[in-house]
Amino acid sequence: MYDVAIIGAGVIGSAIARELSRYQIHACVIEREEDVCCGTSKANSAIIHAGFDATPGTLKARLNVRGNEMMDTIAKELDVPFTRNGSLVVCTKDQDRSGLDKLMEKGSANHVPGLRILEREELIKMEPNLSDDVTCALYAPTGGIVCPFHLTMAFAENAYDNGVSFYLNTEVTGITRSENGYCIKVNRKEGVCSGTPLDPGTHTIETKAVVNAAGVYSDVMNNMVSGQKLSITARKGEYMLLDKSAGAHVSHTVFQLPGKMGKGVLVTPTVHGNLLVGPTATDIDNKEGVNTTADGLDYLGKTAALSVKDLPLRQVITSFSGLRAHETQNDFIIGELADAPGFFNAAGIESPGLSSAPAIGEMVAGMIAEKYALEKNPDFCATRKGILRPETLSLEERNALIRKQPAYGNIICRCEMITEGEIIDAIHRSLGARSLDAVKRRTRAGMGRCQAGFCSPRTMEILEREVPMSMFEITKNGGKSKFVVGQNKEI
Amino acid sequence: MKAYDLVIVGGGPAGLAAAVSARDHGIESILIIERDKELGGILNQCIHNGFGLHTFKEELTGPEYAARFADQVRERQIEYKLNTMVMDISQDKKVTAMNREDGMFEIQAKAIILAMGCRERSRGALNIPGYRPAGIYSAGTAQRLVNMEGYMPGKEVVILGSGDIGLIMARRMTLEGAKVKVVAELMPYSGGLKRNIVQCLNDFDIPLKLSHTVVDIEGKERVEAVTIAEVGPDRKPIPGTEIRYTCDTLLLSCGLLPENELSRSAGVELSPVTSGPIVNDSLETSIDGVFACGNVLHVHDLVDYVSQEATTAGKNAASYIQHGKTKDAKIVEIIPEGGVRYTVPKFVRPTEMEDKLTVRFRVGAVYKNCAIATYYDGTLINKRKRPVMAPGEMEQVILDKSKLAEFPDLSKITVRIEEA
Repeated sequence: MYDVAIIGAGVIGSAIARELSRYQIHACVIEREEDVCCGTSKANSAIIHAGFDATPGTLKARLNVRGNEMMDTIAKELDVPFTRNGSLVVCTKDQDRSGLDKLMEKGSANHVPGLRILEREELIKMEPNLSDDVTCALYAPTGGIVCPFHLTMAFAENAYDNGVSFYLNTEVTGITRSENGYCIKVNRKEGVCSGTPLDPGTHTIETKAVVNAAGVYSDVMNNMVSGQKLSITARKGEYMLLDKSAGAHVSHTVFQLPGKMGKGVLVTPTVHGNLLVGPTATDIDNKEGVNTTADGLDYLGKTAALSVKDLPLRQVITSFSGLRAHETQNDFIIGELADAPGFFNAAGIESPGLSSAPAIGEMVAGMIAEKYALEKNPDFCATRKGILRPETLSLEERNALIRKQPAYGNIICRCEMITEGEIIDAIHRSLGARSLDAVKRRTRAGMGRCQAGFCSPRTMEILEREVPMSMFEITKNGGKSKFVVGQNKEI
Repeated sequence: MKAYDLVIVGGGPAGLAAAVSARDHGIESILIIERDKELGGILNQCIHNGFGLHTFKEELTGPEYAARFADQVRERQIEYKLNTMVMDISQDKKVTAMNREDGMFEIQAKAIILAMGCRERSRGALNIPGYRPAGIYSAGTAQRLVNMEGYMPGKEVVILGSGDIGLIMARRMTLEGAKVKVVAELMPYSGGLKRNIVQCLNDFDIPLKLSHTVVDIEGKERVEAVTIAEVGPDRKPIPGTEIRYTCDTLLLSCGLLPENELSRSAGVELSPVTSGPIVNDSLETSIDGVFACGNVLHVHDLVDYVSQEATTAGKNAASYIQHGKTKDAKIVEIIPEGGVRYTVPKFVRPTEMEDKLTVRFRVGAVYKNCAIATYYDGTLINKRKRPVMAPGEMEQVILDKSKLAEFPDLSKITVRIEEA
């Protein structure tokens, strides 16, 4: 019997799990994918919004600003790459600049610090590649960029290390009320995964409380227990990621002032030094529809050019799309259900969800702690070490490391210069990697310009040896995403 | 810090031939740095035959061809380090490298030869829309899995791109029991060698659809189907021409890119056309004493030409080490025109060059019954008829030092495709 079961190991579920682990509690996280951070959390703009965009008084506004404020501490405690690069909302000569004033007013009402409107002359010194049509911009110095994979994994690993169980590869198939709370029917899928062991097949997880952090499926979870129905639409956002050689094309996150052409697209450096362009916004019926489209990718290039000139689109190394969980009420839906006591929603978490995640974790954990009068966990450890990146060491330190662990002298991913030592670390740490994408999200091996062409066979060998697992069990990202189908002459 | 006269980055066919040539021209202190576990580079996974017809007058497999050069390196006791990654090259020719045994270390070189080869264009760089399931491989990754690891990446295969590795893999996968359903090529012509189309596709009844591209990839976990469509002259898909193939694998063979991240960080000037360094007749880059050869310089069709080019680079690097920088000689630019996409080298020093200089290039389209014309300023020097020229095959012209000497005021050399 668990005190709390959290459905979903995205950034929201993981943040809540981590905050809950500050208390004496028997908690678990249930995730249908083979790794944490596999849904909306892995495919988004990777930015920490300043918080001027949301309507004052909404949860989005409050939690965004609070989440942004918390990021410095979180980045430090959990060793997550985070940079406050500042953001710009640019207005072009065809647009009404009063739109910037309105954003600034909203920002002030939301208590966003340091907002200023900058004129072209000053702007162009800060950001020389802004398009010639840009006249002015709203500058938010607290805007930032973060690695969403590392943020989610950091929350999850820290929660796991503080005693929260993680059932990966485990899909929720039903939720019913019970005498003491809820019975969650789950199906543990076949396949290798890390986290808390469970035999493949169906199980029932009993729990006093449930947290619904199921992303685009949070309406399904809610609607299994409540008469207050939710309706989540998957809103697809397509992105293009450019090579690091284009990473310095802009240094701030450049938004477009929403106008007749829609919300526009952003151009931003990523915290790892690439350049990201996106997203589109298309409501779709398919909650699994993470495909990119020719029209979408075409739109990105054309629209981004309105704010940033000379975008080197030949340097695109990959494109992807993510689904935002858009709820009809247009705000985050957070809190205990009136008709289902002990069932807490963290639903409808679309943008600025990543930015708000730390604050949502704090809020939901706070509600649960209050309701169940939880005591603080005296053994709670707030810190977690990320994967050691040898490039951050001095030459002497690096050589000392290689003498101790020669795998740190062996480069596996040539594009990102990732060593075997880092991959071994990613496999053996808490909630360690079991698939190629899981290795990639943790170490960046395979995330560079050749997109894993060279390193995937080598990474597979390391997984085979270290986990250990058979070559035929190795997947790209769980399920049927097998990499090889047999030995030569076998088929 | 250790010091070598010559450091060669890459122990593939280019690096090996360059090392042998530099030693034969008198350089004792040579180090080859190779990131893989053996010498030979990508040839080690090219187990098909057809290598070495020009160099050895016989048909060798890739590993056999590589072994001939690796043996020459060992016979000459040229030093090499395996499993060693070059991390950085500085403008003053300090090479930073790393491996398990030595850790991270620096080497001061008098001259450097860049021989890092190339990599394949990835799905992301091609901007193919659709899902991102497992089962999408570059042809070279599939080749490594099948030929070196012994694993089959899939059973039913669609190949996009008719580059040589894709063609070779169409045959290879078929021989291993897979069904290759189609090869789609965006361009109206193949990017590969004619002989590979015949031997790898035609002989196995694998259809090649020119002017076709992939417009959708289905399957969330593993590839389930790929849809291709015909493209118009603007290379955009024509609605209504879609054909859907159920398959579990999509191989990509859509071009190779010289791997010049090290060159770029060293400050070597690169050509936007080849993505390789801009070099003069001695294959020297914009940095004195830094030379380039093989696929890092421009993507070759035959390894024989890589070896020839590398031999030249090795000889010239030796001369640089022995005699220092050549005095400021007059430089003439070669201008590619009328279908000639680029030339290697781009610059010629008429007073310093070899008696005969091979200038290699590729054409931008298929040309039938045309000629390659060479002009010194406005004067036609040479016109050679070619029945067929295609982008998949390299072309060349030979420049004659004595002829150039007749043009002391020469300002440019032009190479162009003309009607025969």
